[in-house]
Amino acid sequence: MKPLLSARGLTKRFGARVACRDAAFDLWPGEVLGIVGESGSGKTTLLNCLAGRLTPEAGSVTYDSAAYGAVDVHDLSEARRRLLSRTEWGFVNQDAREGLRMGVSAGANIGERLMAVGARHYGDIRRTASDWLSRVEIERDRLDDRPTTYSGGMRQRLQIARNLVSEPRLVFMDEPTGGLDVSVQARILDLLRSLVGSLHLSAVLVTHDLGVARLLTHRLMVMQGGAVVEDGLTDQVLDDPQHAYTQMLVASILPV
Amino acid sequence: MSRLEAGGPKEHDGPVLRVAGLTKSFIVHAHGDLALPVLRDVALAVSPGECLALVGPSGAGKSTLLRSLYGNYRTDAGSIRVRHDDAWTELVGAEPRTVLDVRRRTMGFVSQFLRVIPRVATVDVVAEPLLRLGADPGEARDRAEFLLALLNIPQRLWALPPATFSGGEQQRVNIARSLIVDYPILLLDEPTASLDANNRDRVVELISQRRDAGSALVGIFHDTGVRELLANRVFEVSP
Repeated sequence: MKPLLSARGLTKRFGARVACRDAAFDLWPGEVLGIVGESGSGKTTLLNCLAGRLTPEAGSVTYDSAAYGAVDVHDLSEARRRLLSRTEWGFVNQDAREGLRMGVSAGANIGERLMAVGARHYGDIRRTASDWLSRVEIERDRLDDRPTTYSGGMRQRLQIARNLVSEPRLVFMDEPTGGLDVSVQARILDLLRSLVGSLHLSAVLVTHDLGVARLLTHRLMVMQGGAVVEDGLTDQVLDDPQHAYTQMLVASILPV
Repeated sequence: MSRLEAGGPKEHDGPVLRVAGLTKSFIVHAHGDLALPVLRDVALAVSPGECLALVGPSGAGKSTLLRSLYGNYRTDAGSIRVRHDDAWTELVGAEPRTVLDVRRRTMGFVSQFLRVIPRVATVDVVAEPLLRLGADPGEARDRAEFLLALLNIPQRLWALPPATFSGGEQQRVNIARSLIVDYPILLLDEPTASLDANNRDRVVELISQRRDAGSALVGIFHDTGVRELLANRVFEVSP
């Protein structure tokens, strides 16, 4: 078995500030990797470098593509990278408005992804889009409505449907439940958990919420000041944290 | 029950779990890097059909040892090897995916507390470990319902998430979840702690069936009656 995604020596600066320093890891098929840390720790920068949305100053990201074999994500042409991100990858943004096309219907948002992977039959596309709406617990009769008429939680679920309908091999998620009410959060976490399991997805998930990390991830990387200070099995990092910063994060969780 | 789903030893004599030189301290950075040594040079071995009881005073490190065996705690030195796919797999320093694979197929853990997953029905909480091994959903559900009934969880609760259940009910859901896969190695942390006499007897019976069928067990049993019924050896953990 080969790693699906490999990062080596990834470093990204913004001016004089190092946002991400010398990050390296392998993501294996079927693994869900969590990146945790406080705001400003560099976790979203690392995610964006992995997904090719930011260009690092140093280091490489290798992805084992189903269509092209092993590719260096930052050496790909823009067109090729876009194609990859529409066909083999998904990206779930914290703000659903950035991941959706707000001016077209929910059905078109999902259907667009299917067309990117070659679906052409209108009836099939519409049926699959409708199935996915119900899979993410949105009433099928909302298929022709625009996401502007949806609540925040519904938009997030629509964004998840749009990203997963094409059965990507790798999904990047940036705080997928951030900014949502806790009841809406629980519903989305449950949904992500069952979809990741049933579709055998590999994923990189950025979150500052250690409860979300425990529920969804197999492994964790803990970031502080742009550096990965600890990594390992999720329950081991959370139940027996080694680094001073991880111990502080775990000890800061409020009990309910 | 079929052993088909579980990995690990089939035709193997001798131990399936071997521990040597296991050493573990906790370092508390918030308190001037205070070091709390817990385990020093622990060695043990457990064979199929055996149940090893960890004994020792409170604070001696019994739970720490059990959690270290499961990879939940990180050890400083030593070796924890398990028979997995008919070969020895080292867990100290292993990659997360190796530990997770051992946990999925070879080594189960029965803890005192259920970590509740929001919104998931009890029957699905119990069926999940079997589904992860690729079992047929219908069969996994039947098996989950069988175990829930055996452990006296009323049928009207099966479709509800266990979050609102009593402590004893949650513990029995947890036991059902941990026993739905026939693990060759089973770690047990006070499996009968919050159960009444009737349910305790039921759980002891289930666990001794696993032992007699050839699982290797390591457990902490505070109740001396339970320990006498289950354990055929004791291991003294000293502080």
